Amino acid sequence: MPIKLTVNGSPQTFDGDPTQPLLWYLRDDLGLTGTKFGCGIAACGACTVHLNGTSVQSCVTPMMAAANMKVTTIEGLSAKGDHPVQKAWAAANVPQCGYCQSGQMMAASALIKKKGKPTDADVDEAMSLVICRCGCYPRIREAIMIAAGMMPATSTTGGR
Amino acid sequence: MATTEKSLERRDFLSKLAQTGLVIAIGTTSVRRLEAADRLSRGLLASPDGAWQPSVYLRIADDGAVTIICHRSEMGQGIRTGMAMVIADELGCDYNAITLEQGLGDNKYGSQNTDGSTSMRNGAYDTMRLAGATARVLLEASAAAEWGVDASSVSTKNGVVSHAASGRSLPFGKLVARARTLPVPAKPALKSESQFTMIGKMVPGIDLMNVLTGKAIYGQDAKMPGMKIAVILHPPVYGSKVESFDASAALKVKGVEQVIEIPGTPPPSAFFPLGGVAVIASSTWAAIQGREKLKVKWSASPNDSYDSVAYRKELEGSVRAEGKTVRNLGDAPAALGGKKVEAEYYAPHLAHAPMEPPAAVASVKGDKCEAWACTQNPQAARDTIAGYLKLKPENVDVHVTLLGGAFGRKSKPDYVVEAAFLSQKIGTPVKVVWTREDDLGVGYPHTVSMQRLEATMDAGGKITAWRHRIASPPIPSIFAPGQEYHSDDELALGVLDMPYEIPNVRVEVGKAPAHVRIGWFRSVSNVPQAFAIASFMDELAHAAGKDPLEFLMQSLGPDRILDMNATGALKPVGNYGAKWEDHPNDTSRHKRVLQAVAREAGWGRKLPKGEGLGIAVHRSFLTYVASVVHVKVSPKGKVTIPRVDIAMDCGYAVHPDRVRSQCEGAVIMSLSNAMTSELSFKNGRAVQTNFNAYKVVRMAQAPRVIKVHIINSGGPMGGVGEPGVPPVAPAFANAIFAATGKRLRTLPIGDQLAKA
Ligand code: FES
Ligand code: FES
Repeated sequence: MPIKLTVNGSPQTFDGDPTQPLLWYLRDDLGLTGTKFGCGIAACGACTVHLNGTSVQSCVTPMMAAANMKVTTIEGLSAKGDHPVQKAWAAANVPQCGYCQSGQMMAASALIKKKGKPTDADVDEAMSLVICRCGCYPRIREAIMIAAGMMPATSTTGGR
Repeated sequence: MATTEKSLERRDFLSKLAQTGLVIAIGTTSVRRLEAADRLSRGLLASPDGAWQPSVYLRIADDGAVTIICHRSEMGQGIRTGMAMVIADELGCDYNAITLEQGLGDNKYGSQNTDGSTSMRNGAYDTMRLAGATARVLLEASAAAEWGVDASSVSTKNGVVSHAASGRSLPFGKLVARARTLPVPAKPALKSESQFTMIGKMVPGIDLMNVLTGKAIYGQDAKMPGMKIAVILHPPVYGSKVESFDASAALKVKGVEQVIEIPGTPPPSAFFPLGGVAVIASSTWAAIQGREKLKVKWSASPNDSYDSVAYRKELEGSVRAEGKTVRNLGDAPAALGGKKVEAEYYAPHLAHAPMEPPAAVASVKGDKCEAWACTQNPQAARDTIAGYLKLKPENVDVHVTLLGGAFGRKSKPDYVVEAAFLSQKIGTPVKVVWTREDDLGVGYPHTVSMQRLEATMDAGGKITAWRHRIASPPIPSIFAPGQEYHSDDELALGVLDMPYEIPNVRVEVGKAPAHVRIGWFRSVSNVPQAFAIASFMDELAHAAGKDPLEFLMQSLGPDRILDMNATGALKPVGNYGAKWEDHPNDTSRHKRVLQAVAREAGWGRKLPKGEGLGIAVHRSFLTYVASVVHVKVSPKGKVTIPRVDIAMDCGYAVHPDRVRSQCEGAVIMSLSNAMTSELSFKNGRAVQTNFNAYKVVRMAQAPRVIKVHIINSGGPMGGVGEPGVPPVAPAFANAIFAATGKRLRTLPIGDQLAKA
């Protein structure tokens, strides 16, 4: 039975191995390379996407778990790169190498959607799933506050 | 990340490779290319699209569009943005209208090796200013000729040349036709720095929007039409090779097409592939699954018994006996006769663990190769491919993608060579995907280090004698046999250039044979050496009953330029590829960053029980950095970090926001080194092969606040990417001591403080 799912608003049908992780379907089959590979074992968060609005690690999400679900990747977070999280990320000039940032923004947008105004502890819990080896954490924390409307985009704490 | 630009283990690796007898057709720059470069740099060659090319780094099209060629790799440090800023300012064009092209590996650009924290100080600033000035002077001369006015009376701004006196102006596009006929000046006059409007300001990164929307292309994302994916089972122990293998189960995996053996390279294997068995498939997932089904018999290796616990004992033995003296000032052994302070410090192997594991795609057709890779050094990738496949270097094109972090790992192009080898074998383009298990298991670990320090002080707390013994496998061991002692280039990273005023200093190195491919990691041997020295300075301060800051200031002695010929070093001491007269070791700059960071962090303030501040200073990559770390230790021994202050004097900050972000990242990476990370070996194999076991700092452990203080001293420009790392780990360890009275001499801290 082919698997039906929606990716960034487009209906898709998949008839390959149902145990294949969603990550490789997105990257190899659909060419959506904004979702990154970092570990393959749910230990780094680089592959974080939304499944019906909740953040999941796509490297350990088999295709069958995505059946009849809505998948959102960084490419679908907003049409023009103007999601509040993307705007906040730009305001705080967060990325260094950028490789982890799709996962960071997908995790952060799901967190804000769930909590509205996340506490420091909420940020610690949700964002500790996504490693940034370049070390952008203080700016990520600050960008989340900006995106959640808890801090103006002009005031910054990340050392600036 | 480096020792000197000229050091054997890095820039001249080709000659080392030649010594290993592995290479024949490598490293010869084609005359054709050099001539082309020379003509291009003098504006005599039309670029492929017919645009005017006043420099190899710059094209201006007939419609005035400006294209810059960035010849250094972008790995998060912001060099692409920095280069564009410099050209925009010097040329007087609109930054937002610049097109940035990433340069192929090509000698016409000079060194493209993006390490050693050199890109701005050696690669971009002067070079890009010269390129921008060349074009500006010619455009100004063209406009002046057009209007019959003096060239000195016209100026450029936002892609337009104007003549203020008459109010006339012309866009660059209208001047290109004339400019290209003019002789290129050898030494165009540069603008004065006060005329800059971009440099020194915060600018949005040139790749920012692509990163934010998932469009940025890294090595793992690169594609070529018709490419296959390869995942490789590498020998788990350095020096082991495939004896036999059974691919039948792997070949049954849907999507797996072929299984191919890659011949190994015996140690010292330099930048060449380790060998192994490659699973070629139509998708990454199939290749990963296929690899799991391989059965391989590996040959025995002399490194089969490598065991980190036993090796530490071996290194301890080395530093507890007299070693080979490399620095001998006064008579330290005699002066150490009386009551002394002594301590031993251990820092384990580290893995670079960039978030993007290495990856490359290559296509070999006949005698030509084209590759796309996340490489820090496309010239080394080109030359190593050429050597391995017996192609001419000028027939190998290496394109550089964005790098998802690198930290020194991606200076070594073994994975690019693997892709080229496999493509040559199967006749289609091949993308090699390293998984995290490859990256951590068979990478180029940072050296492991045992250091023993001994010192005596007089009644006033002045250090009278100092002995530093180091046993740490050296980087040159990947290039040549018999390299078993920490090298002079590595000792020049903090040990031979130590700034403290001490009359009797002895530095000895102990034997430390390598059992893995030792590679340079962000800040290189500054990492363990600054940890030991700055921790020991703190121990001495406490032994002398002095405040650590006051002790550091006192030990630095009077403001002065150190005489690097009078250190007692037996050989000339390296200075990151620079001359000591251009970049002296200046104690006043050490002191200035110390005082700045102490002031900003509120050094000396009273803290509640269980909290502490630690301080450290270190010069590396020609830049001076001091840090204060504030720690809080819970009764159960859990450590949190409310704040870190870091002060950097890199002379001149071209893009202060990226200097800050590099410092923030350096703080986090150094805290990973201090708190969580350790790559250990058992039976010759890496124990930690994914992020569940190889721990790095995550959001919850990261400092809540990092305050970066940039000191624009106006000194000569130093590096930025690496020098932030070394002082933070010892400042952390010193803070732990201040908070708990426990001295942290083994990294990482892990659960050393945990109480049940
Ligand atoms: S790649 Fe999925 S969590 Fe790391
Ligand atoms: S920005 Fe490089 S890993 Fe996060």
